[in-house]
Amino acid sequence: MTLLKLQNVAASYGASKALFDVNLSLSEGEVLALLGRNGMGKSTTVKTICRMMSATGTLTFDNQDLHRLACHKVARLGIGLVPEGRRCFANLTVTENLIAAARPGPWDLARVITLFSQLGARKAQRANTLSGGEQQMLAIGRALMTNPRLLILDEATEGLAPIIRQEIWAVISKLKADTGMAIIVIDKSLAELKQVCDRAAIIERGKTVWQGAMVDLTPNISERLIGV
Amino acid sequence: MIRESYLNALVLFLLLAVPVWATIIDEPFTITLATRAVIFALAAVGLNIALGLGGLVSLGHAVFFGIGGYAMGILAHHAQTYTPVMSLPFLIEGTKSMPVIWLVAMASSGLAAFAIGTLSLRTTGVYFIMITLAFGQMFYFFTISWPTYGGEDGLSVYVRNEFPGLNTLVPIHFFAICFIILCLVLLLNALIAKSPFGLALNAARQMPKRVQAVGLNPNRLKLLAFVISGVIAGLAGALFADLNRFVSPTMFSWQMSGEIMVFVILGGVGRLCGPVVGAVVFVMLEHFLGGLSEYWHVYLGALLLIVVLFARGGLVGLIVGRVDAHD
Repeated sequence: MTLLKLQNVAASYGASKALFDVNLSLSEGEVLALLGRNGMGKSTTVKTICRMMSATGTLTFDNQDLHRLACHKVARLGIGLVPEGRRCFANLTVTENLIAAARPGPWDLARVITLFSQLGARKAQRANTLSGGEQQMLAIGRALMTNPRLLILDEATEGLAPIIRQEIWAVISKLKADTGMAIIVIDKSLAELKQVCDRAAIIERGKTVWQGAMVDLTPNISERLIGV
Repeated sequence: MIRESYLNALVLFLLLAVPVWATIIDEPFTITLATRAVIFALAAVGLNIALGLGGLVSLGHAVFFGIGGYAMGILAHHAQTYTPVMSLPFLIEGTKSMPVIWLVAMASSGLAAFAIGTLSLRTTGVYFIMITLAFGQMFYFFTISWPTYGGEDGLSVYVRNEFPGLNTLVPIHFFAICFIILCLVLLLNALIAKSPFGLALNAARQMPKRVQAVGLNPNRLKLLAFVISGVIAGLAGALFADLNRFVSPTMFSWQMSGEIMVFVILGGVGRLCGPVVGAVVFVMLEHFLGGLSEYWHVYLGALLLIVVLFARGGLVGLIVGRVDAHD
């Protein structure tokens, strides 16, 4: 069943058009890699899905028109976002960050702490005193506390040490295997994406230029469209 | 540096000990001063919920303080003149019962806070400050031109209202009522700060867009904080009117809003007992410096400058250390 559908989506930052024709679809339990060079519209696509900016075209989640909903109502519908740059609530502790975002569902404080054992040792520590990796874990944990049906990870491994990146990838694999949650991953590590994702979509200059199964993403295509 | 909880306990202990001591040595004026400080602290604790947790810089909190005051004044005035507040479409009598007056004061100031907050929260920053200030002035000029309840001259209430089991004309009894209410409101403030609502409100102050992305409506959170804050300020207004047995349009003035803001900033924004410390210091300065010079506000201004420049966590922050969130 199609969970998320974007058809002919276009969006602008004032007079500057950022998206021209984005087409995506995602089923329950599917993991999609959203690829593209810098500045091609990946994060803008995420912003339109989360209704952080307005767009035109078809935008539905679970057959509900997202255009009609405010940003917070989209999140309540079941779209959890791990934003680029983490953006944890700086002066709240780890526990407080998680409680502030909590919504009813299978993901609660104990389950998030079990998933990220490192956060367990930092429960009373303020978010702005955590390392980059821990902040990233907290950002993912905070999104999980909203009990999403679709989790969007925007550059979740950017700027992290290799060992932390491996931990984040392991968590994404675990989420896929254990929860059946639909996931959209924006990242530049093609090797890891190939291990985790079922499908991929490539955005270039605000348009979806390629979509298909991850196994069909040949080096020829990826080199030509995303330079990797 | 000492822990903030110890300082809070010390502040409340001293606030209680001074009037008790004043009762022993028969100094009723000191008890009245302490009661004034407690009531101002109550209004400031109310503002601190909106300002400290929600980041709402309201320059119109005197509206709620004044509404609370006038709720007391109007009900008591009708009770002492044996006339109904209104007879159509239904009869509303005046009352001298403090608990009833408090309920009316809190309900009416809460309603006003809801209406003002709903409109004001469409704006942010300097526009929010201006719109709350404008509402304050609106109420101020309305009461000035309201002859039924004294207009510019205000309204006197000859006997203090009644509280079951206590003689409210005994200064320490009235102080006890105000002090217990302050402690309960401080407890409520502490519970709110640690509740999911308080945490979300704190987060909404820092990153409203991010809060939306986790399914929360920052405007609704801020509106609720504004209403709670207004209700507390209204209760403080009713007590203040009872303390003075007098209400006047000055309770609505922007200077009153400014003073409540000064209590919070002086003591420490977002600190549990910051507003209490601020109000106590203000009342002490008003009393002691006011006795030395009629220009005592100059000294208060200088102190405020020093606090803002060198102790940005307020006096509480100076003693227990700064908290990055508000400093």
